Amino acid sequence: MVTNRQGFHARPANLFVQTAAKFKSQISVFKGNERINGKSILDLLTLGAQQGTRLRLEADGEDSSAAIEALAQLMQDGFGELNETE
Amino acid sequence: MKFSDFVHVNAIKAELAAEDKENVIRELVASLVAAGAINVADRDGIVAAIMKREELGSTGIGRGVAVPHTKHASVDRLIGTVGVSNLGVDFNSLDGEKVHLFFLLISPPDRPGDHLRALENISRQLRNDTFCRFLKQSNSVKDIQQLLDEADHDHFGG
Repeated sequence: MVTNRQGFHARPANLFVQTAAKFKSQISVFKGNERINGKSILDLLTLGAQQGTRLRLEADGEDSSAAIEALAQLMQDGFGELNETE
Repeated sequence: MKFSDFVHVNAIKAELAAEDKENVIRELVASLVAAGAINVADRDGIVAAIMKREELGSTGIGRGVAVPHTKHASVDRLIGTVGVSNLGVDFNSLDGEKVHLFFLLISPPDRPGDHLRALENISRQLRNDTFCRFLKQSNSVKDIQQLLDEADHDHFGG
């Protein structure tokens, strides 16, 4: 779930892709039936995911579980924006 | 959200003169001032806020595209403009490529949803290779305006 107030904007998308790029696995992100490439900022931004949106992550490859763990943690932490007041 | 919902047609720049990050942002913001979209008194504050945002991470999102942006209390609705640079500008993009297409956005502080919807629209259209290529090749405001209009009418299949 997208937990930060500002939603999945440019900076979170950037962080997500940087984290995803550390893994060999292919990363997919689903919003409903829409599937996008988790290693593309442009793709992530097309989701327009606001706070509270549920996204499903899928990784395919040898390091898939580590990838999912890292990306899920990033989202849970609101991309480091949970303490932002503005 | 459509381009026409936030792009100020009179502020579109077809041939950006600036060759570096700060100056390209200055040029686009000045263009919004000239178009009457923002007040000249807010110009420097907006440029500084956009530069501060860039320090947190470049908004160069790849494919030769950047979306410099900020929140600013002086606007009560999302305001944006589009600029094209033929030479390209070094914007510290993630993919290291020079940026040719700029979508500059200024949002009211309390409207994260509108900002997201604008980003969604921009990225959705730019995923289309034809739209992206045509926009980079545009050398008149009229061409850019027409492309944005066609994109708004789903000409590129979004």
